[in-house]
Amino acid sequence: MQRRETVMKQFFRCVLLALLLCFPAAKAAMAATPAELVRELGEADFARKAEIARELAAADAGVAVRVMDAMIAGTFYVTAEGRGVVESGGTYTDVLTGQAVTVADPYGLNQVIANNRLRRDLRGLSASLSLMSPDESLRRSAAQAAFAAHDPEALESIEQALAVEKNGAIRAVLEQARANILLQGGEADEAQKLSAIAILVSRGDQEAINALMRAAGDDSAKVRTAVAEGVETIQSSLAYWAFAQNVIYGISLGSVLLLAAIGLSITFGVMGVINMAHGEMIMLGAYTTFVVQQTIESSAPALLPFALLIAIPAAFLVSGGMGVVLERGIIRFLYGRPLETLLATWGVSLILQQAIRSIFGPTNKAVSSPAWMSGSFDLGHLTLTYSRFWIVLFALLVLAALMLFLKRTHFGLEMRAVTQNRRMASAMGVRTNWVDALTFGLGSGVAGIAGVALTQIDNVSPNLGQSYIIDSFMVVVFGGVGNLWGTLVGAATLGVVNKLLEPYAGAVVGKILVLIFIIFFMQKKPRGLFALKGRAVEA
Amino acid sequence: MIHRLLDRFGLSGAFYGVLLALALLVPLLNLAVPEGSPFHVSTFMVALLGKYLCYAMLALALDLVWGYCGILSLGHGAFFALGGYAMGMHLMREIGPRGVYGHPVLPDFMVFLNWKELPWYWLGFDHFSVAMLMVVLVPGLLAFAFGWFAFRSRVTGVYLSIITQAMTYALMLAFFRNDMGFGGNNGLTDFKDIFGFPLQAGATRNAFFVASVAALAGAYAIGRAIVTSRLGKVLVALRDAESRTRFIGYRVEKFKLFVWTVSAMLAGIAGALYVPQVGIINPGEFAPAASIEAVIWVAVGGRGTLVGAALGAVLVSGFKSWFTGVFPEVWLFALGGLFVLVTLFLPKGIVGTLMARCGGPKPQAAVKAEKAETEKRALEQGA
Amino acid sequence: MSGHGTILYLDGITVSFDGFKALNALSLAIDRGEMRAIIGPNGAGKTTMMDVITGKTRPDEGTAAFSGAHDLTRLDEAQIANLGIGRKFQKPTVFESHTVWDNLLLALKAPRGVFSTLFAKVDAAQTAKIEEILETVHLTAARSALAANLSHGQKQWLEIGMLLAQDPQLLLVDEPVAGMTDAETEKTAHLLREINRTRSVVVVEHDMTFVRALDVKVTVLHEGAVLAEGSLDHVSADSRVIEVYLGR
Repeated sequence: MQRRETVMKQFFRCVLLALLLCFPAAKAAMAATPAELVRELGEADFARKAEIARELAAADAGVAVRVMDAMIAGTFYVTAEGRGVVESGGTYTDVLTGQAVTVADPYGLNQVIANNRLRRDLRGLSASLSLMSPDESLRRSAAQAAFAAHDPEALESIEQALAVEKNGAIRAVLEQARANILLQGGEADEAQKLSAIAILVSRGDQEAINALMRAAGDDSAKVRTAVAEGVETIQSSLAYWAFAQNVIYGISLGSVLLLAAIGLSITFGVMGVINMAHGEMIMLGAYTTFVVQQTIESSAPALLPFALLIAIPAAFLVSGGMGVVLERGIIRFLYGRPLETLLATWGVSLILQQAIRSIFGPTNKAVSSPAWMSGSFDLGHLTLTYSRFWIVLFALLVLAALMLFLKRTHFGLEMRAVTQNRRMASAMGVRTNWVDALTFGLGSGVAGIAGVALTQIDNVSPNLGQSYIIDSFMVVVFGGVGNLWGTLVGAATLGVVNKLLEPYAGAVVGKILVLIFIIFFMQKKPRGLFALKGRAVEA
Repeated sequence: MIHRLLDRFGLSGAFYGVLLALALLVPLLNLAVPEGSPFHVSTFMVALLGKYLCYAMLALALDLVWGYCGILSLGHGAFFALGGYAMGMHLMREIGPRGVYGHPVLPDFMVFLNWKELPWYWLGFDHFSVAMLMVVLVPGLLAFAFGWFAFRSRVTGVYLSIITQAMTYALMLAFFRNDMGFGGNNGLTDFKDIFGFPLQAGATRNAFFVASVAALAGAYAIGRAIVTSRLGKVLVALRDAESRTRFIGYRVEKFKLFVWTVSAMLAGIAGALYVPQVGIINPGEFAPAASIEAVIWVAVGGRGTLVGAALGAVLVSGFKSWFTGVFPEVWLFALGGLFVLVTLFLPKGIVGTLMARCGGPKPQAAVKAEKAETEKRALEQGA
Repeated sequence: MSGHGTILYLDGITVSFDGFKALNALSLAIDRGEMRAIIGPNGAGKTTMMDVITGKTRPDEGTAAFSGAHDLTRLDEAQIANLGIGRKFQKPTVFESHTVWDNLLLALKAPRGVFSTLFAKVDAAQTAKIEEILETVHLTAARSALAANLSHGQKQWLEIGMLLAQDPQLLLVDEPVAGMTDAETEKTAHLLREINRTRSVVVVEHDMTFVRALDVKVTVLHEGAVLAEGSLDHVSADSRVIEVYLGR
């Protein structure tokens, strides 16, 4: 098969050469423009089509690539007037200008068909054109495509490209593509194969393993050993990267847990109250984001990219306000009875869920992501999505802001005083009532902000709060109450442990194991990692 | 009149009396009275009442740990559900070859999952005695293990409540998985009969009803025995001043563990009687919301009274059945509101408030009795 | 009763709370049958010392031995209580929901196991014992009253009664006369002397009149360590004690 193709190629080359040599005058006289060439494609036979493709390539590479790719895909047409158009999803673009055109009579179009042989030639030609294209990103994707295709026919184009390629990263990919081809061909000798293996090992990903495995049955024992060792090296390196990826996921999960739990930690620390409606505060924040986005969309669409930023203070006020109402309306009457407070707030949580369900309906609401939060970037073999990256940053910012607030402001001082010794603080003139109300508002407000962040990675539904409430409790119980560092460490640890267990045990069993771990952990430290110590803090 | 009755028989007597009346009247009104008559109790009603009685038993179990030990368990539904699953597994085995797929041994859902044989933990459930043993043993062991770790580390208050909630949540997640072998999110259902008696038949339903009454009476008896004994006094002491109780020399953890485990076993039995009467058990029973609903029963009825817990369960469940029939979308508002209102305005619950108001028989009525006894004996000795 | 041997031995006990040294290499020995008064300014570590002895707080360093045989640093509150050390708290903590009788009944020395209490019945000997204690602490008339309804002084006595019911060998009494009238204080001193006839007692107090009325050896604590020891007159004359109490 290879022989025949090589013969074919050589034949075509001869033809081209002959054409070029024998008809220089004719060529000069008939210096065909791209437009004319394109028009001719409408009537040419397969052989002529291949020639036209080459002539086009010499004349205008950009147009040539477009024409060839469209012909391969079967989306290239020539109109009755002889214009070449590419169809895509019902719309047509002129192949010469790249502009959209309207076609009066779609049925009058003449589809330029390619058979398999022509397609193969066109692919090779297109690839080699791309490899040498002045457009860097085009070269890069062409090199990757060449590696993936590992087509021996392309070897020459690759070598040509390597000769002139200046960009180091693209050179590396080209070398990998060449190595891939060399490794499976019977033409390369042992030394070449060994160096090809080394290049593939340095590439170090799953495709490299696949490429190596194709040479696993090679005649040479040295090559076989090298392949086996190479595969092993890559696999252990991949294992490290997988571990690191899970750690990254864990940190991301931890940042979400941190946002969700930090408000709870504050209210629990200052008031000794577990707010079962905390999840609903998060949910309210998410719905506020939705409403803000809807409002902006309808009244000031230009502000849409900033919708999230505007939603943050809005959510803080909505959830915070609800928190203050809750405290003044219900919780302050249950002072000193934490278990009753737990039940009353559970009741509130039911009411809030049902209220949102009645107003907005039970289905998920769509909150769109702004452009700067979409997509992902790579770090070595790790993939990080922008949304999660920003959320981690955001969570740390919120934590820092809260710490500053607690340490530097007067209100923060009062809050800490009440956490440590309520009676004493009251005796010193701190208005514990106000501290309670505003603390609850603060904790709920932070939960609302968490809700804003969560809209980017989770569905907005009335049940949103319920999915995070148990995890928030666990973070608070584990990390210690009323202590921001504890919440940070607790959230990060639980997030990472959760994600590290997941590949082995699955998400559900992983969760169960974490819960069991916490129960055992409480043996040693019933008040959490960073518990407040001393006699005054007897619950 | 109620006062006099209560004075004569005590609250306990009244409770037993009511149960006896139910056990006699309901089957009578169902089986002996013809359907057209206004006094007829439909078979559906019999099953519904039976269900309420099972709830009452769960509430009673919860009252033991909450009202008397101060442990607010937000996960008691887990013990109820475990007992229910044990019974369900027996009923599934009883189906035999009559299932949709006709497999003589494997339940339908296992055939559906392409399982070839029964997992080891299903073995033996074709025997009623084994199933009954599991009904008490599984919740009991879980409670014992959980309690041993939790109480030993002196976890109390809201921390303890949260981890009980986490416990039932974890179980819910586990039982929802299809590969656990408990029917996944569909649970166990389509039961046919027990001991050869079809579950839907009137006679069987009545039998289960009477069994539920008997179980509730038994649970009450056990509860009373515990709370009126010296152990009951220790429980009240440790509920009010745990540290002090320790300093007198009582291993508080052991006492809590004992009551906690007994309570779990009672809840398991309640679950086991519940399942044949409703015809299905699914992982939703493990949901924290279900356990927390049990708490409101006890809160409404009056915690620390036992009778109140049972009453609360029946009242709230009845209310729920009625409410969700008439205003289904608004039910959660009503339930949430109930939580808020009861904690704010009725902290002692109905029975508790009545008791405090009327100055009638105290919850620890037997305390007086015991003291009167000892004083009498002391006088006799002294003479 | 003067027995021989040391009933309570503390050596080098150190307890820190987050850097603050509540007890600093405290060393103390109480003889069997002795009554000792512990005095000292606030923050001297008196209550912490009691916490260590009764197992509520674990010391960072040091030894604590009971009757020469039991290592108190390894046991918990209930075990230590069952060994024979009884503690009366600063704030009277009786069981408010129970009657006076039940409070004493619970405290009575009897098997403390779960099943023992489940099936326990009150026998004649126990009834007699409770009556006796009621007599001693002047609460016979109040036996059916809820503990919550007692006066402050009565609650203190009830607690002492509960202590007696445990039949301990060593009583640790923390500020027994706080909030009492003079008459009650006098009665309490008398009560403790009675108790001392059969048991060892350690009393922590601020009230100097009371300490004088007790007429026993006094240990002065300061900043977690023993400052001086001896009769009340002796320590009152000690210059270091004067400095600490009156300041410079």
